[in-house]
Amino acid sequence: MQRNSIAFTLLIAAGLCVVCSALVSTAAVGLKGQQARNKELDRKSNILRAAGLLGPNEQADGKKIDDLFAQIETKIVDLETGEYVTDVDPAEFDQREAAARLAKLGERETSVAIPPSEDVAGLKRREKLSAVYLLQQDGKLKTLIMPVYTKGLWSTMYGFFALKGDLRTVQGLGFYQHGETPGLGGEVDNPNWKEQWEGKLAYDDEGDIALRVIKGTVNPNSPDAEYQIDGLSGATITSRGVSNLIDYWLGPDGFGPYLARLKADGEVYGK
Amino acid sequence: MASKTKDVLFDPLFKKNPIGKLVLGICSALAVTTNLRTTITMCAAVIFVTACSSAAVSMIRNYIPSAIRIIVQMTIIASFVIVVDQFLQAYAYQTSKALSVFVGLIITNCIVMGRAEGYAMSHSPWISFLDGIGNGLGYSVILLFVGTLRELFGAGSLFGYSILNKTTDGGWYPANGLMLLPPSAFFLIAIFIWAVRTWDPSQNEEA
Repeated sequence: MQRNSIAFTLLIAAGLCVVCSALVSTAAVGLKGQQARNKELDRKSNILRAAGLLGPNEQADGKKIDDLFAQIETKIVDLETGEYVTDVDPAEFDQREAAARLAKLGERETSVAIPPSEDVAGLKRREKLSAVYLLQQDGKLKTLIMPVYTKGLWSTMYGFFALKGDLRTVQGLGFYQHGETPGLGGEVDNPNWKEQWEGKLAYDDEGDIALRVIKGTVNPNSPDAEYQIDGLSGATITSRGVSNLIDYWLGPDGFGPYLARLKADGEVYGK
Repeated sequence: MASKTKDVLFDPLFKKNPIGKLVLGICSALAVTTNLRTTITMCAAVIFVTACSSAAVSMIRNYIPSAIRIIVQMTIIASFVIVVDQFLQAYAYQTSKALSVFVGLIITNCIVMGRAEGYAMSHSPWISFLDGIGNGLGYSVILLFVGTLRELFGAGSLFGYSILNKTTDGGWYPANGLMLLPPSAFFLIAIFIWAVRTWDPSQNEEA
């Protein structure tokens, strides 16, 4: 057969495709388990970091993460009513997927358009159901961890926001994925910046959302200091995005109804 | 033969550096060099892909119909890149997250394609394999040079360990944010090319 004949060309093309696809699929299938486990560990360690159970730069192996995570209870919440949903298995629930698509999960649609008047964080759509992570101690809620996201300058920033058991004091905020400018907006990852979140108050005495990322540095003598976070210098839009995140996710279209229900049900111990 | 093998392997480091002499593959040199850990992973991935794809292309070079030779090379390169990407996701998850799309983009790295078309199509598998390693190393030399300077002066650290104490952490060194942005890699690569061509003027193109 001629090397440049049509038949030989087709034969070589077909043969090559078979060999290459065998190689690629062997690698993909053979490594799938390990990859899924990595993703899982990554998600868990981000939740643990937001909850303060794992230090910001602390590395942990798979077993330690699993052990620490065993204390945390995962529940699925209907964001609109604030009630727990029991017919969805938390282990099977993929929140990012649910938010991104207009798909069906059982009887309900997974995502809903956010009314423009409520859409302070510029997200356009949100998931109907959200996972929440609860750390209980002596039968009382100690830490509540909520998955949150917001628009920064370049990217959507995904992270976890944690409140202490009184549902007013902040435990921490951490992003696990964003594409902000390194050295400017990227400083949302700076451990020193993240450190100041712990102990700040999310609501003022009237119960309104008061927590803000301000411009410049917080004056510790100001009466509002406990509601304020230092701005990131040179990153106005990223800082504003973080403020919007607090506004939106603690607000009526985010976890507002759920937090209100938790408080009303007295699942919370007072400060 | 021994000296030829050595030339094939080490010439691409400085004498015929794929980035310095041919100015190929600079796109990924900008993107992955903000810190050394991702830089080294990227280097290893490129060395592996260039070497294996050159060897594979060379093995079947006498059977590849000339009408589809480019697409055949692309298919082979793409397969190796996917395999590398899958391995990184399984065994170096954090680094793979940091590299994100750039592992996949090795497929479009001009060096890999250039060696397959320009060298492997006319040489035996073993020497093509060495040529792939050599060019991968040449790419790595520049990436390591750029990556070291960018991480040191942009983030005050090497491999994530703090070397220069940054002002944002209460130290003395005001980090140079420009170093972390892509343009700085252009400056550094240009400085490298300038230095190499001063050392070896025969690399200069006719004006």
